[in-house]
Amino acid sequence: MSEPVSALGGVTWADGIAQIAEIGPQGMITLRGDFDDPEFRVAVKNAVGLDMPGQRAVQMSGENTLCWMSPDELLVLCPYGDVAAMLAALTSALAGHHALAVNVSDARAVFRVTGPYAREIMAKLTPADLAPDAFKTGMFRRTRMAQVPAAFFLRETDSFEIVCFRSVAQYMFDLLKTAAQPGSEVGYF
Amino acid sequence: MLILHCPYCGVDADETELHAGGEAHVKRYGPGSSDAEFESYLFVRENPKGVHFERWRHANGCGKWFHAARCTSTLEVFGTYSAQTTEPPQEIKDKISAKRPGWSWREFA
Ligand SMILES: [Zn+2]
Repeated sequence: MSEPVSALGGVTWADGIAQIAEIGPQGMITLRGDFDDPEFRVAVKNAVGLDMPGQRAVQMSGENTLCWMSPDELLVLCPYGDVAAMLAALTSALAGHHALAVNVSDARAVFRVTGPYAREIMAKLTPADLAPDAFKTGMFRRTRMAQVPAAFFLRETDSFEIVCFRSVAQYMFDLLKTAAQPGSEVGYF
Repeated sequence: MLILHCPYCGVDADETELHAGGEAHVKRYGPGSSDAEFESYLFVRENPKGVHFERWRHANGCGKWFHAARCTSTLEVFGTYSAQTTEPPQEIKDKISAKRPGWSWREFA
């Protein structure tokens, strides 16, 4: 096996008003199917160990996270080394169903923004409503950050996790650093 | 700036999350159709001042196409609805009738 390499090699930055880190390699599986099909729900539950998330929500437990991407798409976050086994379980459980499970671990990049100003940094970059009562832990949002598509959720208070395409990882890192530059606190939230 | 409600992910998305997809409910004419029908499918579009129906895609979001009914002169949005339909739902038509009595658009009124 070749050594997995994340987009920016796990770069971190802590010179501003929040800690920014590229985390990875991160296992990621795109899963599409009929959410109303009980067998699909059972297959997901058995393979990932998590219940189906509600609309624009995530289910988190241990090292696995299940994200609601659209009415027929989920994103599984799991340890990089678990992908092959999980994919095999999903593929066999979903045989004969109109469903799809694909390893996208190396097609994406994942960042974490942590600190009391994390919410503010995110709000500078996305049109999504990030007011504390509008976006809470456990919610998931696909949107854009400046000029690129991105998805994010609050893993815990003051800790956002961001998923974007690998090809724009450097752009995303630079964007987050700019939004978190020293002295850039707005203090809105 | 337009804000449209995506009926698939339930987000009130601002225009920068969306991609405009042109006129809604265009009927496709393919092989076997008359020249006039094919021309209407390819080129003939409404250009109303007032009630209009469009296709939009939640491109920076859930990725789904949906329909929107809005007014081109005031930018008022009457409602958005599923892409899996060939005509505006009655509920949307009623909302438009309440605000623009006597409206019509293509074969709909
Ligand atoms: Zn949407």
